[in-house]
Amino acid sequence: MLKYTLRRVLAMIPMLFLISIIVFSLAKLMPGDSLGGEIDPANTDPEYIEQMREKLGYNDPIYEQYFRWITNFVQGDFGKSTRYKIPANEIIMERLPNTIFLSLTSLIITYVLALAMGIYSGRKPYTLGDNTIAAANYIGLALPSFVAGVFAIYIFSFHLGWFPSNGSVDISVTEGTFEYWLSRFHHVLLPAFVLGLLNTASYTQFLRNDIIENSRKDYVRTARAKGTSESKIYNVHIFRNSVIPLVTFLGFDIVNLVGGAIITETIFTYPGIGQLFLTSVTNRDYSVLMTLTMMFSVLTLFGNLVADILYGIVDPRIRLD
Amino acid sequence: MSKLTHASKKAPLLEVNHLETAFKIDREYYNAVDNVSFTVKPRQVVGIVGESGCGKSVLSLSVMRLLPKGISEIRSGEILFDGKDLVKMSENEINNIRGKDIAMIFQEPMTSLNPVFTIGYQLQEVLLNHMEISKKEARQKSIELLKGVGISRPDKIVDEYPHQLSGGMRQRVMIAMAIACQPKLLIADEPTTALDVTVQAQILELLKEIQSANDMAIILITHDLGVVAEMCDDVIVMYAGKIVERTDVDTLFYNPKHPYTKLLMGAIPKMDEDREVLESIKGIVPSLKNMPKVGCKFAARCPHAMPECSFVTPQLAETEQGHEVACLLYETSRPKEGMNVQ
Ligand SMILES: Nc1ncnc2c1ncn2[C@@H]1O[C@H](COP(=O)(O)OP(=O)(O)OP(=O)(O)O)[C@@H](O)[C@H]1O
Ligand SMILES: [Mg+2]
Repeated sequence: MLKYTLRRVLAMIPMLFLISIIVFSLAKLMPGDSLGGEIDPANTDPEYIEQMREKLGYNDPIYEQYFRWITNFVQGDFGKSTRYKIPANEIIMERLPNTIFLSLTSLIITYVLALAMGIYSGRKPYTLGDNTIAAANYIGLALPSFVAGVFAIYIFSFHLGWFPSNGSVDISVTEGTFEYWLSRFHHVLLPAFVLGLLNTASYTQFLRNDIIENSRKDYVRTARAKGTSESKIYNVHIFRNSVIPLVTFLGFDIVNLVGGAIITETIFTYPGIGQLFLTSVTNRDYSVLMTLTMMFSVLTLFGNLVADILYGIVDPRIRLD
Repeated sequence: MSKLTHASKKAPLLEVNHLETAFKIDREYYNAVDNVSFTVKPRQVVGIVGESGCGKSVLSLSVMRLLPKGISEIRSGEILFDGKDLVKMSENEINNIRGKDIAMIFQEPMTSLNPVFTIGYQLQEVLLNHMEISKKEARQKSIELLKGVGISRPDKIVDEYPHQLSGGMRQRVMIAMAIACQPKLLIADEPTTALDVTVQAQILELLKEIQSANDMAIILITHDLGVVAEMCDDVIVMYAGKIVERTDVDTLFYNPKHPYTKLLMGAIPKMDEDREVLESIKGIVPSLKNMPKVGCKFAARCPHAMPECSFVTPQLAETEQGHEVACLLYETSRPKEGMNVQ
């Protein structure tokens, strides 16, 4: 297992190199640069802008620019945010905990709901309960997150006043106190539900169908022939088989943990990575943008690896070597 | 007291009476097992033979109450095991009998074990279901059981997963699981069909040894009359959900009466021939929906068919001592005037 992991990690290096080229090229292909949007052209001497371009190296040949960027990048210098005037990694690290908090909460919501509903529906398919769950799920699946987000804010924040509609914490509470954490939790709950319910539908239906499929397998008949109770057959024999694909989803959810909340964060003006990503695009904040994109890529590769390793752990038929 | 013991020795272990098991197809019920009655005595090996699709598996699943839910059910009849009707039992009651008093092994050893649990876990499960023992004792016992079915390195195999074992090994594991609680009756549904020839012989040999060592009765379902000759005391020949002939094994081989049985006999492959068993009878078993409602169900394929065969339903009746046949060629099979046709 260790050897396998090591080999996979090493194999990531050339992949990341290719990705870095693509990320860099795409960033360069975007029209305009950081000197375009932020500076008032009526007020500034065009020559000065041209000078700055020259000084920042924007006029150097592309490969030189790339080389400079990647050399700094691997040394841990991700560049300075042109917008916030601080190193890109600092601004990212500032937002990262918020996003992870939001995503973890939503992930827990997804898995708890999907497991509960999927197990119920799989065991009692084609009943009223199953059909109700399916109907709710398909509505959830059909609703885009920006619609769901807006509706959630409208109903639960404006009308009922149960949850705040924006931000990640009340500004009046002091950091570190119990009230502070309570407030953070209060702020995260609504966007977490909107985000969490997004995946719940497909995970539930997936688990349900897998349980139904497994319940027709020969090994279930064997377990019955041994006098094993129906609840143990479902909760142990079938569940252990049906949970395998779900566990491997977890690997891919790691990527979403950071990058999956762009729309939700923007709607709830929740200061996280997703929101940062979007503003970086509009501001041509290259260093932040490229650092984030590289981070998403690393996480995608890493998530794939985690999915494969989890697969090897939960399914004895898969051997990693 | 002694009289009672004597009586219970003669009493059948399993008594199936007028069993009808049906599948629901397009909201209608079609009998896959049609008015079947037979008995199995303690320690007796009863063979059930017949072509593919004649209802052997459905019959054995009925006895185990393992019919696929929703699409099939026992419509009438009783299945008395030790005098108690399995048909009327609740799920809990039947669970106390399955694996303990009646066990079953299946045709497909490759898929009959749960792929994500160790052999040891699956063996211990049946022990823990029915015995008051600790997990440690159960593990010890499962190693012994594996050894008992001829698996070498049993202490290693307990911790392995089904996919690490060959088909023959898996079937041995299934047998170990089936005999773990020393059942009085073992139902073996084509236990060797999926295995290659040399392994088949070993598995049958193993079943025979266990049968005499454990004083166990066996219902052995097979396509293969050679296996029947080797293993069985009594034989039931089934066709299209019905028993067409029933007698002891010697009588069946020396004096088969039903035309279907005779054709089956003719279809036993010679050593050097292709092993396409029973394929040489012209035609196929009719599907449930196309089953003739009256008359002999074999009439369409029978070389001795008479006009009346298509509208008079033959009754299974004793033509000679201990030899039952359902065929209009025999006077005893004709329905008696005024008697209710079952
Ligand atoms: N799940 C099912 N749904 C519908 N019909 C079924 C089902 N299982 C069995 N049958 C029907 O019941 C009849 C008896 O089938 P059964 O499996 O008992 O045959 P068999 O004698 O065991 O054959 P084989 O030798 O191939 O195992 C067949 O006509 C079959 O089509
Ligand atoms: Mg069968």
